[in-house]
Amino acid sequence: MTKSILPLRVEDLRYSVDGKALVDGISLTINPATFTVVLGPNGAGKSLLLRLLHGMLAPTSGTVACTNGVNGDLRRRQAMVFQRPVLLRRSVEANIAYALGALGVPRGQRPAMIELALSRAGLRDARRVHARLLSVGEQQRLTVARALACEPDIMFLDEPTASLDPASVQQIETLLLDANARGMAIVLVTHDVGQARRLGRDIVFVHTGRLAEQGRADSFFSTPQSDVARAYLAGEIIV
Amino acid sequence: MHDLQAAFMLAASLIYTGDADLAEIIGLSMSVSLTAVLAACVIGMVLGGAVGVLRFRGRPAVIILLNAMMGLPPVVVGLGVYLLLSRAGPLGVFGLLYTPTAMIIAQTILVTPIVAALTRQVVEDLYEEYDEQLRSLGVSGLGLVRTLLWDARYSLITVALAGFGRAVAEVGAVMIVGGNIDHLTRVMTTAIALETSKGNLALALALGVILVGISLLVNGAVAVFGGRSGRSKHD
Repeated sequence: MTKSILPLRVEDLRYSVDGKALVDGISLTINPATFTVVLGPNGAGKSLLLRLLHGMLAPTSGTVACTNGVNGDLRRRQAMVFQRPVLLRRSVEANIAYALGALGVPRGQRPAMIELALSRAGLRDARRVHARLLSVGEQQRLTVARALACEPDIMFLDEPTASLDPASVQQIETLLLDANARGMAIVLVTHDVGQARRLGRDIVFVHTGRLAEQGRADSFFSTPQSDVARAYLAGEIIV
Repeated sequence: MHDLQAAFMLAASLIYTGDADLAEIIGLSMSVSLTAVLAACVIGMVLGGAVGVLRFRGRPAVIILLNAMMGLPPVVVGLGVYLLLSRAGPLGVFGLLYTPTAMIIAQTILVTPIVAALTRQVVEDLYEEYDEQLRSLGVSGLGLVRTLLWDARYSLITVALAGFGRAVAEVGAVMIVGGNIDHLTRVMTTAIALETSKGNLALALALGVILVGISLLVNGAVAVFGGRSGRSKHD
């Protein structure tokens, strides 16, 4: 077992465009096997924060660092699932194989990993189907399975179930909870309070690019400390 | 009306009797144009894919140049290749002028910009969709170009067809560098031009009918092949 890249320490992360701070001084730590939900209204900077954490965007200032002494490209030990499933124009299993190849998994190990990913996601029967012919729910399930197949230390998800039917949402949530139970850290962005309640162990509440509140899910939902979080949970529109 | 009827009759009889000269002309047309398109696809798709994905200084100028070169006049390309390959030209020592190889070179130059420009557009559109996911997987550089070319394969078949259409239909370039020599460099388009100027309209029309027929056949075959692999649903 290779050394995990977690804990991931985020310090004073800022991201500005034309002098406007879209992510403004966020600090937090992501520990192994945690399930963190990043909650907040649309436009709060949640997706940007996720891309900064994943290293897809370079911050204007601040750092995302591995405190475990692992060097090199941290992104190879992370995976990300986007709101809209992005699938290659290939078969279901070829999509998973591609990701494993891109991350440098030795050829000999791939078949077993593909098999495991397909069976976990309930997509074994669809393995030879062209990925684009799957339903939207199945497509997103495949992108989650593809991300999980690489056995990352941490997985980022950007509103993965935002436009899916309830059954698909449930299947994906189960996949995430199982992966988390196996020890994978998960950071999920959502603006669906119900989903945050179902899944989150830790909550990071973001408002206008700032960290408004952070804490254990049970205390966050029972006794939110900040005014914006209270208003948000009460269903008010916050600007 | 009479000419048309005669042309179709002649075309039918030429095909039916398996006229040796006709078969030779069609064979040369196909081998020259297909070879040129193949070469143009290898060069043009890699070039177009790279321009579509990589960001470098002067990229907008390269794109404008590629798009403009889609409209290269065949006679100008023919003239350029003629000058290169003629005895006095820099490549004269190879003695390629008035050979099928010269025709392939000319058509490759003609078709490569078409393939490159269209591939650039196709790949760039696909890249917009794939960008974040592939960056997340750490795919970049040549691996990125390869992935996009493979995933755009169904659209690229259409690009290759556009190139083939241009190659098989042009007359100016092959006329100049091939010379329309009977049994050596005579292809369908140069034969049509010759027969027309000789006043042999029925034969010219018959060749034209066959040329259009071949074009239909190639496109039809690709459509059937593409349809079988579920192309429309994949795009």
